[in-house]
Parts: sequence; C-alpha cells; structure tokens
Amino acid sequence: MKRLVLVLMLLASPLWAVEPDEMLDDPALENRARDISAGLRCVVCRNESIDESNAELASDLRLLVRERLVEGDTNAEVVDYIVARYGEYVLLRPNTEGANILLWLAGPALALLGLGLSVGYIRSQSRRRAAGDGATKLSEEEEARLREILRD
Amino acid sequence: MITELGHFALILAFAVSIFQMVVPLVGAHKGWTEWMAVAVPAATAQFVLVALSFIALTIAFVTSDFSLSLVTNNSHTLKPMLYKISGVWGNHEGSLLLWVLILTLFGASAAWFGGNLPPRLRARVLGVQSAIGVAFFAFILFTSNPFLRLENPPMNGADLNPLLQDPGLAFHPPFLYLGYVGLSMAFSFAIAALLEGRVDAAWGRWVRPWTLAAWLFLTIGIGLGSWWAYYELGWGGFWFWDPVENASFMPWLIAAALLHCAIVVEKREALKSWTILLAILAFGFSLIGTFIVRSGVITSVHAFANDPERGVFILLILGIFMGGAFLLFALRASAMEAKGLFGLVSRESALVVNNLLLVVSCFVVFIGTIWPLLAEMFLDRTLSVGPPFFNAAFNPFVFVLAVILPIGAMLPWKRAKIGRVLRPLLPAAVLAVAGALLAYAIASGQSALGPIFIGLAVWLVAGAAVDLFSRTGRGAIRDRLGRLARLPRADWGKAVGHAGFGLTLFGIAALTTFETEDIRVAQIGEAFTFGDYEVTLSEVREVEGPNYVSLMGWVDVVENGRPLDTLHPERRFYPVAGMPTTEAAINNGVTRDVYVVLGEAQQGGFALRTYIKPWANWIWGGSIIMALGGLLSLSDRRYRVAAGNRRRRPDPEGVPAE
Repeated sequence: MKRLVLVLMLLASPLWAVEPDEMLDDPALENRARDISAGLRCVVCRNESIDESNAELASDLRLLVRERLVEGDTNAEVVDYIVARYGEYVLLRPNTEGANILLWLAGPALALLGLGLSVGYIRSQSRRRAAGDGATKLSEEEEARLREILRD
Repeated sequence: MITELGHFALILAFAVSIFQMVVPLVGAHKGWTEWMAVAVPAATAQFVLVALSFIALTIAFVTSDFSLSLVTNNSHTLKPMLYKISGVWGNHEGSLLLWVLILTLFGASAAWFGGNLPPRLRARVLGVQSAIGVAFFAFILFTSNPFLRLENPPMNGADLNPLLQDPGLAFHPPFLYLGYVGLSMAFSFAIAALLEGRVDAAWGRWVRPWTLAAWLFLTIGIGLGSWWAYYELGWGGFWFWDPVENASFMPWLIAAALLHCAIVVEKREALKSWTILLAILAFGFSLIGTFIVRSGVITSVHAFANDPERGVFILLILGIFMGGAFLLFALRASAMEAKGLFGLVSRESALVVNNLLLVVSCFVVFIGTIWPLLAEMFLDRTLSVGPPFFNAAFNPFVFVLAVILPIGAMLPWKRAKIGRVLRPLLPAAVLAVAGALLAYAIASGQSALGPIFIGLAVWLVAGAAVDLFSRTGRGAIRDRLGRLARLPRADWGKAVGHAGFGLTLFGIAALTTFETEDIRVAQIGEAFTFGDYEVTLSEVREVEGPNYVSLMGWVDVVENGRPLDTLHPERRFYPVAGMPTTEAAINNGVTRDVYVVLGEAQQGGFALRTYIKPWANWIWGGSIIMALGGLLSLSDRRYRVAAGNRRRRPDPEGVPAE
C-alpha cells in the first residue's frame, strides 16, 4: 500500500521552480534569465511568476527565456517576444500604455492632492489663531469679568 | 443533537442582534434609559449564544461527525487533533462563524468594560455594533450555514487542504479576524459619535484602545501569514503582494493611520472629522478584504474557499454600511469643530503627514489589487499587476515615511522649531549613514536600494532610542537612565513600536540584498561547498506520517568547519486530498537562516536547493516587537485609570450617614 502511494506521489508530483537542468552555465546570463522570469506571470497559475511556479508551462517558458538569451536577445527583446505570444497578461509589471497610466499616477497624484489640502488646512487654521479668532479670543463677557478681577 | 442546539443558538443570536440593533438606538434617540440599558445584557447574550454555537461546531469536528457536510468536506479521522480544531475555521462557513464569534466578543467587551462611557454613547455604540452583527448573522444563516446535515453520511471525510495543516496557519485566521473585526469597534464608535454630533478628547481616549488592539492583532496575524508563506510555499518568499495578502494589509495601513490620528483627538482635540473618516475607512477596508478573500473575484494563491454569489452578499453589506456611514458623515461632519490649533511645523502636522502617507500607500495597494478587475471590465484588457508594480509604486512612500518618522515623533505639539529636534537626532543620522555605507560595501556592486533601506532601518531604531531617552529630561546620564524605567508605558510603546517597524524594514532590506541560493543535483553522500557552508545530502528515505507519506532527506550542514545541523527537508503526499506539499527544512539563526528544499530524483541524485537567508527572522521578530509596542501602549496608565475609576466610584446612596 505504502509503495503504491509513493508511486502515485511521484506521478502526481509537480515540476519544480527552476530545475538544475534548466539552468544556463554562464552565471551572468542565468542571472538575467532569473530577473526576467521573476517579472513574467505563469499564465496557468493563480498568481505566481514563472520563476516560482511548478507548472509545466512555466518550465517551458523558463526554457524559452533562456533560449532567447543564448540567441543573444536583450532583456527587453525577450520580454517583448513572450508578450507577443501570450499577451500583456504575462507582465507582472503592467506597462504604461493607455489607461494603465492612471494606475501608475494614481498614488503620486493622490499624494500631491493630499499634501496640498493638508498644507492649505493647516495654514488656514493657524492663521485663524494668528488673527485672534476662535479659542484664544475672549468674549465681551469674559473681557468684563477680566477687568473686574484686575481691578480687585 | 448538539449540532441542532448549535444551529438553534445561532438563530437565537440573530434574533437578539436585531433586538439590540433597534431598542438601544431608539432609546438613545428618545432618551429612555431603560431602552438604552438593555444593550448590555443583550450584548452578553449574543456572545454566549454564538460561543455555544461555535463550541457545538468544534465538537462536531473533534468527534469527526461526518453527518455534517462541513465536517465531511474539511476533516478526516486520521488528522491530528490540532488540525481537527483548526479545521473549524479552515473553511468558508466555519471562518464566518469565527468572524461573528469575535464580533460579538468585541460587542460584549464594550458592554463589560464600557461602564465609564456616557450611557447614551454606549447604547449607540452597542446598537451600531449589533447592526453589523445582524448583517453577518443573515449572511451566515442564509448563504453559508455551517450546520447543514448530510442525508447519507460517508465513512470518512475529504480532509483539510494539506497546506492548511500547519501550526502557523492554524492560528493565523483567528488573529487576522481579531484585527479585522476589532476595527468594527472603531467604526461603531465613529457612527455613534456622528449620531451624537460630538467628538471630544474623551471619545479619542475610548476609541484608541480598540483600534490599538485591532492593529496589534492584525500585525500578529499578518506576521504569522508571512512566516507561514516563508517556510511552507517552498522558496522562502515572505510577501507576494497577492490580493489576499493585500486584503489584510490595507486595513492594517489604515488602522496604523487611525491609531496615530486618535492621539491628536485625545491630546489636542483637532483633526476630529478626519479621524471619524479614517475609522469608517478602516472598517470599510476590512469588509473589502473579506469580499476579496471570500468572493474569489481576484485570483490569488491563497484562495482556499470562495464563491462568487457570496461575494455579492458581502458587496451588499459593504455598500449598505459604507453608503450609510458616508451619508451620515456628509451630514454631520461639519458639526465637529477643532479646538486645538497648530502651526505648520508641529507634532500635529507630522501626524497629518503620517496619515497622508499611510492612506496614500493603502490607496496604491488598493488600486493595484483591483486594477486587473477594472481593466477587464471597462478596458477589455486582461493584465496582471504583480510584485514589480507594488515595489515600484509602494516603496517610495515607505521611504518618505521612514525618513520623517523619527523627526516627527520628537516634534513638540502646537508649534515647533525643526532645528531643535534635529540636533539630538544627529548621532542617529550618522549611524544610519554609516550603516548604509557598510551595507553597500558588503553588497559590492549591487543596486543601492537595499543599502539605503538598511540605513533607514538603522535611522528608525536609533531614532526611537533617542526619542525615548529625550523623554527623561535633563541632568546627569545616570539619573536619566534611572528615569527611563519610570517613563509612562505609552512612551515605551511608541519607541518599541517604531523600533519594531525599523527592524522589520531591516529584515526585508537585508534579506533581499544579501540572499544567496544554490540549485543543483546533489548525489547521495557527496559534499558540496556553498559560501561558508559545506552541505551533504547523506540519505533520502520514505517516512510515514499520521495522514501522509513523505520522502525525507537527511542534509548535513557544516558551518566554517564545525557541524551545524542535520536538516530534514520533506516532500509530503496527502493521499486523501491527493495533494503533494513541500516542507522546507530551516536552521534558524539570529543573523541568517539556512534553508533547504528537497526536489525530485534525477541523474542519480536529487535536486536540492539551498538558500542562505541573512537576517530573515528579523522580518517577523520586528513585527512581534511592533505588536509588543502596541501592547505596552495599550497597558498605559491612562487607560487603566479610566477603567479603575469605575470600580472606585462609590454608590452615593450606599454611604451610611455619620
């Protein structure tokens, strides 16, 4: 029984993220391959890059990336090649084309807007104090009472 | 029988929650004290009923009662006891039951410890809290009943997802829920304050402990989840910017903003409407998080139990509560006038910047998380937003936050001179620059980003120390050290919390900068050298576990010539679930982890991956220290005294005449 289960296990076991036999001999080229793989999504997985994924398709893509690198492509050319085949879905770092620019600018825009509003608010309320308006100004009643106290 | 009692208790709790939603709120509006007072026993009753229901479900899991469909789908007789219990919340229905259990626990705590609250405010808080309860009771009873019976019970169950059979993940959901749901208290206080039309320092003091507690539970929960991912998912990543992780991270960011901002309300009576808005947002993001996790509209590596139809229900709850809250806010916020005024350079302004950065970074996470959904719906583009985007768009805000934090923390209230604060911080700045340069020299030639963040981490920790020491006043060093121990716990909490943030940042920066890995086919018995280590895969054997079989490796690690450890990486197979998992073996250390993963048999040996992960444990160590800071702050005298007042206040009629 235990045998059987182990046999099943070996059949069911997934492939590995970056197998030893996939790796390139040239460490510089291999490093570039790893960098590129970390930015490409495994299209059949839930939310993993091909560098991390155990799926067979991810393994194929890893080999494809390495093949292109050995052929002498630059990193950008490799990525373009993969995107041309699988669509922009594979890019874990979305491009800035079209409406995607909104995604990239949303954070900085909100930060600037928030900063402007905050400085405006703080200025206006501290100016109010400088003008003696609000909490620091005494009402007429209080002024009268103060004069009374001072006279004593 | 017990199951039916549990189901019945849950239905009763639903009825009580409707009662508690209506009666105290009407009573508070009309000023009827009896109607307001019923909120307290009702909150206790709700908690007791849900607790009974939860116990009933737990008994069903512990005794493997496979006549329950939930137990059949998520348990197995051979599963270890710990995972039989954690199986209760390792699924959609059970986790919702845990959610309402914690919700009613918070409600009941507000009733028990809220004796010093004005009765009207307390009635409103409990009424609003119960309204949230009503929504979730309806959700659980109408769409996700955990007590459904099977007509033909099977002989055994389908087992819990093997990835969840892990001590780290067994306790991850309860902590996360304590955090998520804890923010419902802040929400209830905010809505109650809007109904009252009044926010004052006392309100800030009441709402802050709840926020602090929720935040510290969230910190622990997120830390546990990240630790689990580190050792269980098999390649030692600790954060993936995955939708489900983001779902818990967004409320954490807003809660962090809220607990800082509540200080301004408490000490200076300023920024009131902003605090209210944050309290609403914080719970809003908790609900959004629940929606993301439970609906599965956004694909994630962690999605274990989801169903789009249930998502719609949560979206409805989100719409009703947020819509109502924002409407109320729009109508009433103008009534909150600030009392304390402050200059452009002041502690208040620094906290405004803190809030701005935390909220904007939360927004970045939010838009990155939902962008694929928006793009698909409105732009007809299928795209992904992954870690490279978040690292580029989120980290700059962390950078700015870390730079200004030590300065802002030391600025005096109202009006400050920046020069007077910078002078004592000079040693910290020097230390930080030295740390960054050192890291840069060691990393030799890699990107400067890691060393810069390492420098920032040093700046945060040293800055926290300077801040704490500056609180001891003037005089001889020895006197000041003596006074250090007598400082209020709030001061200690602040310094410890900020230092913990620095340590986590340090762990992350050091790990990403200095990590090294080795991937190879290791032949049995043949040693290979990797950095300062000599690694030998001496044996691989089949091992049988309680509910799995495993291929286990014996990996001898020698550090600088001295034997260090024999590690046992495993590849397990859970036959019932039909799922393989990898169990990495880790030698934990203060300065580094040795992390070994066993792969497949090939070329006469086994694929073996070895990683040296420098300072990795500080990521979670820092989180624990951050949470500890929260705990110290929570135990500050001013909260304890407020609680003590109630006990000491004598009944005036009970004092006998002389």
